[in-house]
Amino acid sequence: MDLTVLLDMAAEGFADRTLVDGLTTRQLRDAARAGAGLLAESGATSVVHLAANGPAFPVALFAAASAGVPFVPLNYRLGTDQLRTLLTHHPGAWIIADERHGPLVPHSHTPRSWLDTTLTRAPSDRVPRASDPAVIIYTSGTTSAPKGVLLRHHNLVSYVVGGVEFGSAGPDEAALMCVPPYHIAAVSNVLTNLYAGRRLVVLDAFSPTRWLELVRAEGVTNAMVVPTMLARLMEEPESRRSVPTLRTLAYGGAAMPPRVIEQALRAWPDVGFVGAYGLTETSSTIAVLGPDDHREAAASEDPEVRARLHSAGRPIPGVEIEIRGTDGTPVPYGVPGRVRVRGAQVSGEYAGAPGAGDGWFDTRDLGQLDREGFLFIRGREDDTIIRGAENIAPAEIEDVLLRRPEVADAVVVGVPDEQWGQRIEAVVVPARGASLDPEELRAEVRRRLRGSKTPDRIVVWNEIPRTATGKVLRRDVATELGG
Amino acid sequence: MTTPRIGMMLTSTVDSTSVVVVRWAAGDQQVTCGGTPMVDAAKGGTGPQQPLDPDQSAGTLLGKRYATDDGTVELLCTKPGKGTLAVGGVPLAVKSAKPLPASD
Repeated sequence: MDLTVLLDMAAEGFADRTLVDGLTTRQLRDAARAGAGLLAESGATSVVHLAANGPAFPVALFAAASAGVPFVPLNYRLGTDQLRTLLTHHPGAWIIADERHGPLVPHSHTPRSWLDTTLTRAPSDRVPRASDPAVIIYTSGTTSAPKGVLLRHHNLVSYVVGGVEFGSAGPDEAALMCVPPYHIAAVSNVLTNLYAGRRLVVLDAFSPTRWLELVRAEGVTNAMVVPTMLARLMEEPESRRSVPTLRTLAYGGAAMPPRVIEQALRAWPDVGFVGAYGLTETSSTIAVLGPDDHREAAASEDPEVRARLHSAGRPIPGVEIEIRGTDGTPVPYGVPGRVRVRGAQVSGEYAGAPGAGDGWFDTRDLGQLDREGFLFIRGREDDTIIRGAENIAPAEIEDVLLRRPEVADAVVVGVPDEQWGQRIEAVVVPARGASLDPEELRAEVRRRLRGSKTPDRIVVWNEIPRTATGKVLRRDVATELGG
Repeated sequence: MTTPRIGMMLTSTVDSTSVVVVRWAAGDQQVTCGGTPMVDAAKGGTGPQQPLDPDQSAGTLLGKRYATDDGTVELLCTKPGKGTLAVGGVPLAVKSAKPLPASD
């Protein structure tokens, strides 16, 4: 089964429902089939999308699927050199690019011309094999060079069919998407909302004001944000923060600072919060902390239940999660280790590299399960600081710093050190109107954790460099601190 | 003889029904639609049109899941038809769904 079956089902089940930017599901299917004809005629071997988000994106995604070639959304924020390198991996691509990329990709098509052509041309038919890669997404490369993740049709279809009921959205429902189009959530968002029959509203450049305006103007019922966006929404004055139609708000893509989610729960008591944990390699979400989980945890006096507010929730149906210790064997609940995942939606495959083999994908995330199966993520293995002989997870120290109301943002990294191999350094950003005393913060960490986990140095910056999806650029921070 | 496996698309030879196998732990049993075995859609599914057994004509609905009571089999209807879906002669029932909260 491939992605075009999902589109055909939607076009059959609710042909005239508006799906995205005025396109009905039938128009989307016809445009995708017309696009597939263009791709087949041109002999294109992939479709590269190097543009801001808009209706050309879903048409291109499904046209590529209908033509049996991979869809490759690239990060248009990357520098010219990086983009040029990534483009060499996709010779023979049909390229849809914003005009400003013209000099880099002279034979490309703008989103407008792609839409104009596909909406007016006759549809054509061709059915791909489900084992063809459907999508190639490059990882953000915050800790290593970007890798092209292969997601096959059956991975993405399993994800959609496993978690969404066909046509389950009411005709009044609308989902607001503001993650960039080169992120896995942008792809999964199109697929799950199409299958549910939910209208998609796209916001390409996030600002809290614009987001709030759109939610109210479009009657948005469901939305997904990354933690930095939620933090900025919470900084808006209460009088401008009303979201009367919003039923669920999903968040993911990076670690959620505890204080931000607690504040959001208080600010929007009628919204159901959904914490989603997943990776590009797993076709998006593999664990969910649902609205009831949030309410139960927030209201509980039991510290173990209360802690779950800051967990990644429990695995979704069809997904197994296990924790392995340093010796590679599974560990019991409560013991931290490496998070491994298995299921039909899990690809774990990279372009040019063989797959995992035993079906288990090693996320390289550190975490642990509690006795009820809630997953707690403690950061990336690759971010671990080795100071002397001790392994230190930055997340633990960051949590302590972020608990302070005067700290708006914090990151802890290892900086090369002659004596220790690595020393611990932290960057903190003051909350609006607050001032920070690094020595006081160091004392706080020493009090809460212990001496060897206390940053050797804490510096105050105005901002911590992050990707558009809220991931900290740790390498850049470490380089800046070490230099 | 088609042994179903997860992800396989099956098509009916008595009507327009197509399903995809979402869960399969029923070994080499047969999926029937309208009383006649379904075939692997990837192999064409252009077998001769058989008559529909009138006692097996409960019909299917687009996008619904059909499952056995014991949860070993789940099929997703991708094209509806008139026939009854059954495994080993036992009709499948529509599975009531408890959808996950939208996470993306």
